[in-house]
Amino acid sequence: MVIDLDKCTGCGACSVACMSENNVGVLHDETDKIRSITWLRVYQIDNGKPFPETEVAFIPRPCMHCQGGKAGTPGQAFFQADPLLDEEAHPPCVSVCPATATDYDWETGIVSQIPTRCIGCRYCVAACPYHARYFNWYDVPWPKGTPRALSPFVSPRMRGVVEKCTFCYPRYQRARNKAMVDGSDIGEMDYQTACAEACPSGAITFGQLQNPEHKVHKLISSEHTFRLLEKLHTDPKVYYMSKRAWVREMADNYVTRHKKLAQAAVGGGH
Amino acid sequence: MRRWFDDLPKYADDQSWHPKGVKRCRPEVFLFWLGLPLTLLAYFTVGAVLCLGLGLNQTNMNDYFAFGVWIVVDLAVIALGAGAFFTSFLNYIVGKTELKPIVNAAVLIGFICYVGAILMLGIDIGQPIRGWFGFWHANVHSMLTEVMFCITTYAIVLCIELLPSVLDNKRISRVPEFGTFSHNLHTIMIVFAAAGTFLSFFHQGSLGGMFGVLYARPFAARGGLGIWPWTFFLFIWSAIAAGPSFTTMIVMLTEKISGRKLTSHNVKMLMGKISGWLLVTYMLAKSADTAWWVWVKLPSMGLTMDDMYHNPYGYWLMWFELGLFGWVPALMLLQEKVRESYGLLFLAMVMTCTGVALNRFIFTIQSLALPVLPFEKFYAYLPSWQEWGIASLVLGFGLLVYMLAYRYLPIFPQEPELNDK
Repeated sequence: MVIDLDKCTGCGACSVACMSENNVGVLHDETDKIRSITWLRVYQIDNGKPFPETEVAFIPRPCMHCQGGKAGTPGQAFFQADPLLDEEAHPPCVSVCPATATDYDWETGIVSQIPTRCIGCRYCVAACPYHARYFNWYDVPWPKGTPRALSPFVSPRMRGVVEKCTFCYPRYQRARNKAMVDGSDIGEMDYQTACAEACPSGAITFGQLQNPEHKVHKLISSEHTFRLLEKLHTDPKVYYMSKRAWVREMADNYVTRHKKLAQAAVGGGH
Repeated sequence: MRRWFDDLPKYADDQSWHPKGVKRCRPEVFLFWLGLPLTLLAYFTVGAVLCLGLGLNQTNMNDYFAFGVWIVVDLAVIALGAGAFFTSFLNYIVGKTELKPIVNAAVLIGFICYVGAILMLGIDIGQPIRGWFGFWHANVHSMLTEVMFCITTYAIVLCIELLPSVLDNKRISRVPEFGTFSHNLHTIMIVFAAAGTFLSFFHQGSLGGMFGVLYARPFAARGGLGIWPWTFFLFIWSAIAAGPSFTTMIVMLTEKISGRKLTSHNVKMLMGKISGWLLVTYMLAKSADTAWWVWVKLPSMGLTMDDMYHNPYGYWLMWFELGLFGWVPALMLLQEKVRESYGLLFLAMVMTCTGVALNRFIFTIQSLALPVLPFEKFYAYLPSWQEWGIASLVLGFGLLVYMLAYRYLPIFPQEPELNDK
């Protein structure tokens, strides 16, 4: 997934589409933001300058579906290796789960979550630096009649388990089934996430990063592309784009000295 | 014909259950003081009913503080309960038989710590009924899986290790079958001491490994040896340093409260010496680990030490952990004069235990409190009264078991001779 932050207006349509697609409920008190569930959360950031130089950007944040830990990084013995693909994966959240309730799918690179197997220990929540994992602190108070409007493809979750963005995995399953019946490959537009479809400004692009035919493959080679917290070697599959240097700088932590040097080099962050 | 209930009046005689040659308070006084643990357990029950019935929304944990006071207490009591396995290891396997007078107490305290921790963990998980999934669908890559397996099995080992003390009760041991069983258990105790050492060694380590493997959490992340991050070894090291101190500290507290001598001062001094040497070596390793983290690990993540300490979790926590409750008690315990003084030895041991408990608090809470994303906010956490209720289980359950054991079981073999005069 590639998200162009210069196109994002922060309208929140992606979040709403995500909630609707994935049967994320509305709690009694949604003002309690550190307990409400938003698989795709939109952060607002600014450049910290006073008016009239103030600039604002929005960062939609789904699960990063990290591949994680390149060879040579600490903990490499925890890598899951796929002998067929000659690749390794070590997302921060997957190896920690004691009950194998989350897994790395080698075919898609999607980090899955199996709520019915989750014991609710929240170790994965603690492991994720992006706060992309949510624990169900409450039972969702579905108003009378609303369960009939839920998507039949996604099971609503119960209290006491963790959930997160799955890149609309049921959509992938449907696309895969269709391709199987048709005897074809899954086309770029056959599998799109709800957020990518809903974005009115076309800021979210979805596809296979490794497929040269797909738009995302070309987008990630742009010099304005970056990922969140690259220094942690989580190797996320969500890329962001912005021509504004201060936005790109907000994506990662820099040792103070480097930060100052970087700011001096770009003339104050623009 | 003798009927089973003919002997009941004799069994009702409380004194006949007391260990040989010791004095205990009157039953009504004992019953009065039992009110304290029972009150704590009642508080726990209210918290447990609310958390199990209404869910973990009864706590003040949230998606930023996924772990809270329960995990802190769990880690702390498991570290402090390490006196059980380490004292057993020294006594039965290394052959340090001078520690025999305190082994029973160490096992009893370990049993309380582990069982209390397991009961709390049962409430901490969001789906307690699925607790067995960790065994059934075990993920062998997870440190937590290893913790679940080893804590559970070690708790069973502790039950077995405690059993001879129960069977040695004055009345129970009169039943010939129990007496024989107890005697046989004593002879094979080395096997359980070895099993306990193996299990405890690994889960103490895995509890530390749990944090070290969080490679995307800069405060906790560490490098390591093979699959084991440095925190794996540091947690074992600190636990075996603090465990003997905690055991001795509880024995000393019991002495002060009961007004009776329970173990000779030599035993306490030896425990202090063991604790002191382990603590000094641990502090050397911990200081080296901290230096590596500050100068190598953090800069590689784009961070500096200043980014890791914000009020209320400021630098003071580090100075307290490494300085006041780390190096100071370590150096104190190495001094023979300190160990000879009852008061100073007690103080140094309290400081040792505080330092290790503080280390567990820092790894649990500070690791989670620091926002990793540069544009994330800092959130504070204070436990709810329901959380304190659950956390008070260890104290309530511990007091209850300890009071009953002190009154009825021969936990302190030196007590009759020390109080003869």
